[in-house]
Amino acid sequence: MSLSPIPALAIRAYTATTALGRGRAAQAQALEERRSGLRRNDFGSDPLDTWIGRVDGLEDESLPAQLAGWECRNNRLAWLALQQDRLPEAVAAAVQRHGAERVALVLGTSTSSIGATEEAYARLADGAFPADLARPRVHTPHSLGGFVQEATGLRGPCMTVATACSSSAKVFAQAARLIHAGLADAALVGGIDTLCGSVLFGFNSLGLVSARPARPFDPGRDGLSLGEAGGYALLERCADGESGVRLCGYGESSDAHHMSAPHPQGLGARMAMADALARAGIGADDVGYLNLHGTATPANDAVEAQAVASMFGDALHAGSTKGWTGHTLGAAGIVESVFALIALEDGLLPGTLNSQALDPSCGPQIRLDNARADVRYAMNNSFGFGGNNCSLVFGRA
Amino acid sequence: MESPGTGAVLVARIEGIGFWADGLPTWQAARDFAAGGAPVADAPRRPSPALLAPNERRRAPPTVAVALDVALAACEAAGRDASELPSVFASTHGDLAITDYMAATLADDPRSISPTRFHNSVHNAAAGYWTIGAGCTAATTAISAGTASFAHGLLEALVQLAAGADAVLLAAYDIGATGPLATMTPSEGLLGGALVLARGKGGTRLRARLVDGSPDAGDGPLARRCGGNAMAPMLPLFDALAAGSDAVLLDAGPGRALRLELVHD
Repeated sequence: MSLSPIPALAIRAYTATTALGRGRAAQAQALEERRSGLRRNDFGSDPLDTWIGRVDGLEDESLPAQLAGWECRNNRLAWLALQQDRLPEAVAAAVQRHGAERVALVLGTSTSSIGATEEAYARLADGAFPADLARPRVHTPHSLGGFVQEATGLRGPCMTVATACSSSAKVFAQAARLIHAGLADAALVGGIDTLCGSVLFGFNSLGLVSARPARPFDPGRDGLSLGEAGGYALLERCADGESGVRLCGYGESSDAHHMSAPHPQGLGARMAMADALARAGIGADDVGYLNLHGTATPANDAVEAQAVASMFGDALHAGSTKGWTGHTLGAAGIVESVFALIALEDGLLPGTLNSQALDPSCGPQIRLDNARADVRYAMNNSFGFGGNNCSLVFGRA
Repeated sequence: MESPGTGAVLVARIEGIGFWADGLPTWQAARDFAAGGAPVADAPRRPSPALLAPNERRRAPPTVAVALDVALAACEAAGRDASELPSVFASTHGDLAITDYMAATLADDPRSISPTRFHNSVHNAAAGYWTIGAGCTAATTAISAGTASFAHGLLEALVQLAAGADAVLLAAYDIGATGPLATMTPSEGLLGGALVLARGKGGTRLRARLVDGSPDAGDGPLARRCGGNAMAPMLPLFDALAAGSDAVLLDAGPGRALRLELVHD
């Protein structure tokens, strides 16, 4: 199918909560100061020798009493992130304008609240779930979507997207389609993933976890640092002549290559980026900032660097922010979209943290240092297991 | 039960149907059963998806086996090249057996987690194996929406058509629960259903609209036979397709239903 440009969607509110802190300002400040949120792994009773991006104080948070049946680490972070940056007011205004049944909810996650299932198995009594965790709603992937649906009262289409590390990038594409097809007038999108045994020991079993803080694109990089995060954006049709930040395009593709290794020539990554540019109706030279997937695994970064070098001119400022937040998996799409929006609004273009040098595969696009520039378009790449790729183009009008 | 809905009506042709349930290993077997026939006596206990290499067919998790089997059957029925279709995979719980394995192993000996079972634990494992097996570089997604998972997979497929795709593959599946998790997320047997949806006229057409209301009871022959599986909320549609009925209401979440009108030429 040939792609033609799509109508841009206004982003009326956005927020992220990561190891860097709660809300947009905390993200922008840490990016500016080049302060990493990574710490030595202190998660669980038998921590692996690695570094993690953990959200401070999440253990001390709680859900409102009427939502207590949804209690678990992932939904606690979903709730905490939802309270930042006046998001509740923005959602309420969208409901006021369109009605709750006309606001869609599309959320991404890789593991949802599986941490609660892990905890239940660790505390089984005669093979039965302990009473405090005998709550079916948290032991299934839609725990996230179901919780936020009840917490917000939204009544439009509501689904949880789980395509591993591209999940909360794809939510923008799926929400755009729902709005353009007339099924909704606005959409709350986002993603939440929290640290749990499955991802720490799972990525470790694949040999993809570093014992040091992640060093994206460094020649000596030896794996990722895992992190947890949550974030949201509220999308709505643009009013005529409206200024502000917007979603301009999306591209989605499959590598058709391997479950846990990228296509060696970055075929799917290139297709996703090209389709996102085509739907935005812009050329590669129009993009001023690119937030790379940049996980700091040897394979991902080499392939992504080559794909970027083949498509973009030397002027592009591209970097990976995984050294700040860790790889937040199903939340990476929303977190790094927020960073792209910060680049558009504040002119703050993050470079790459922790890395001392750049791999020979890197073109001049990939930067270690932060920069300041006025950019009109910013792109975000998110690639996941199963060869599932998504690129997004954001703009400022 | 429904009240007037708000918003768009989405339309599609149903070009191909795939189906698998215990004893009903094809859509033809399901239609024969729905028309009063008997289940297939010597049906295989699990699908052996032709899209995978023979050694991978045996090793594939049951979620992957059932999803790929019904997806390929729907493409073949539609006469569509599997490598060209964007796809949507919907599952309520994902691979319940791997979740049970992961949680049990983490409680027992976390450093012994199998790397293969870990990468097969992602909700988009079936989608990934499908695109690899079909050599398909088009977009694929994997969603869950509780009891409304099928309806939302269908909505995503329909809005992809509205956004310009010529045809879209939808595959929905769940497997039986195992271990202590089965007390929380009960699900029995293997169940999969797939549709190739396309633009254009003729054949069986579907019109979809999201409304306030509650879904149909699911008292058709397929719903009664396979009602213990977590993907059972899709069965009122497959019963309607088998019976040639003209309307069905699917579970679309709390207080919401997806109203489908079917036109058969």
